[in-house]
Amino acid sequence: MLKILKYSFYDLMRSRWSYVYFAFYLLLGIVLLFLNNDLSKAVITLMNVIIVLVPLIGTIFGVMYYYNSREFTELLLAQPLKRSSIFLGQYLGVALSLSMSLILGLGIPFVFYGLFESSAIWDFSLLLITGTFLTLIFTALAFNIALSNENKIKGFGYAILLWLFLAVIYDGLFLMTLIMFEDYPLDKVSLIGTMLNPIDLSRTLILLKLDISALLGYTGAVFKQFFGTSFGLIVSFSVLIIWVLLPVWRISIKSKKKDF
Amino acid sequence: MVTIQDLHKKFGKNKVLKGVDLHIDQGGIFAVLGPNGSGKTTLIKSVLGMVIPNKGTIEVLGNNIKKSSDYRHQIDYLPQIANFPSNLKVKELIKMIKDLRKDTNEDKRLIELFKLEPFLDKKLGNLSGGTKQKVNLVLTFMFDSPLIILDEPTTGLDPISLIRLKDLIQVEKAKGKTILITSHIMSFVEEVSDEIVFILEGKIYFKGTIQDLKTKTKQPDFEHAIASILTNNHA
Repeated sequence: MLKILKYSFYDLMRSRWSYVYFAFYLLLGIVLLFLNNDLSKAVITLMNVIIVLVPLIGTIFGVMYYYNSREFTELLLAQPLKRSSIFLGQYLGVALSLSMSLILGLGIPFVFYGLFESSAIWDFSLLLITGTFLTLIFTALAFNIALSNENKIKGFGYAILLWLFLAVIYDGLFLMTLIMFEDYPLDKVSLIGTMLNPIDLSRTLILLKLDISALLGYTGAVFKQFFGTSFGLIVSFSVLIIWVLLPVWRISIKSKKKDF
Repeated sequence: MVTIQDLHKKFGKNKVLKGVDLHIDQGGIFAVLGPNGSGKTTLIKSVLGMVIPNKGTIEVLGNNIKKSSDYRHQIDYLPQIANFPSNLKVKELIKMIKDLRKDTNEDKRLIELFKLEPFLDKKLGNLSGGTKQKVNLVLTFMFDSPLIILDEPTTGLDPISLIRLKDLIQVEKAKGKTILITSHIMSFVEEVSDEIVFILEGKIYFKGTIQDLKTKTKQPDFEHAIASILTNNHA
């Protein structure tokens, strides 16, 4: 698996898109720092961008890489290699190169701005950690979709729909439910609802870390009570890890049964 | 060498293989023939583990292929259409495949044989179909495995390369290897193969030497013998 990972990673490192992605984050980091002139504020603005953009890029890159490397995959399948290691290797190659572009692209401007002397370092680390998690999760989901759909256009369509659902529609539905049932105690429901969507979960985690939960009102207080504790933090990260492991597990199951 | 029992495979509603029983002994050249869509490639891909059968067992060198992927160390496979990652150089591709399987020095001899030196630094996406097929042949023959599977090996080759390919096949046969070939070029099949396996509508219709086939169909030459099977079965 490590050899496949190595080749997929090199392959991506040589492709233009990794650099475009890296350059985009580099530019975003620099521009935000100059406009805000303050590390903590830049972190908040960054969060809003990352929460939406990282899943989108992960989804599109994952689907695109899978369909574009079909020939490479078929070549590998005839070699004495395990199927699961071929696909997991490719998945990790994509996910890790994307994560690297994210971490380096944002990390470099922030480090030069004086991140290490600032109190924002933990907030910033949390931002990068959740960003990496979101990359791992959405690339895995994209691979799942691509494995299940021979048709490229369908695959892309489903992938975009999935992103749209988790990034936008889910929140809408969630809010509607809360309004419809506002007469009932909804603390637990909203907690669970947040937990089930990796994008919402990441957003809540960062917001609460940034100590602006007062903005969230009563629910914010409930959330603070839960996520603020180490138990809440452990549960949240466990949920994120499950969000990575489930699709990865399905990649290995699905790839074993597929015909080429 | 290869034993296939009661192999079934369907893609959706389309039943491609309907109970294939086949035994291939060690040593010799076997041609797998059949009309378009008869299941030749599906059969070969099943042996390679690229297609997962619905039913039936396949053994290669006595090992059930379901258990592990290690048996593929014993197989050299030439895919039908040479599809390679287009942004890789020929040199890099050869190096990568060696890294994934095992190291060998055979590639140098084969590169010389097919006159591929000028293309080593070119990207695979910029090569012509015939040159890609030559690269494909180098990748296949550079490992010294006891079973060689060639799916349409003649595609795109010029006459000189075709002669070199035939020589190469004979050299490998002389080493006692088993070679499975599919091809639509009947003259090529007649020239190189020792035995033929004819697949029709997902089943083995005939297995034996070309002479047997001629006797069975009462036809004077090989091409007509094949044609008579097809017309008699309305395939």
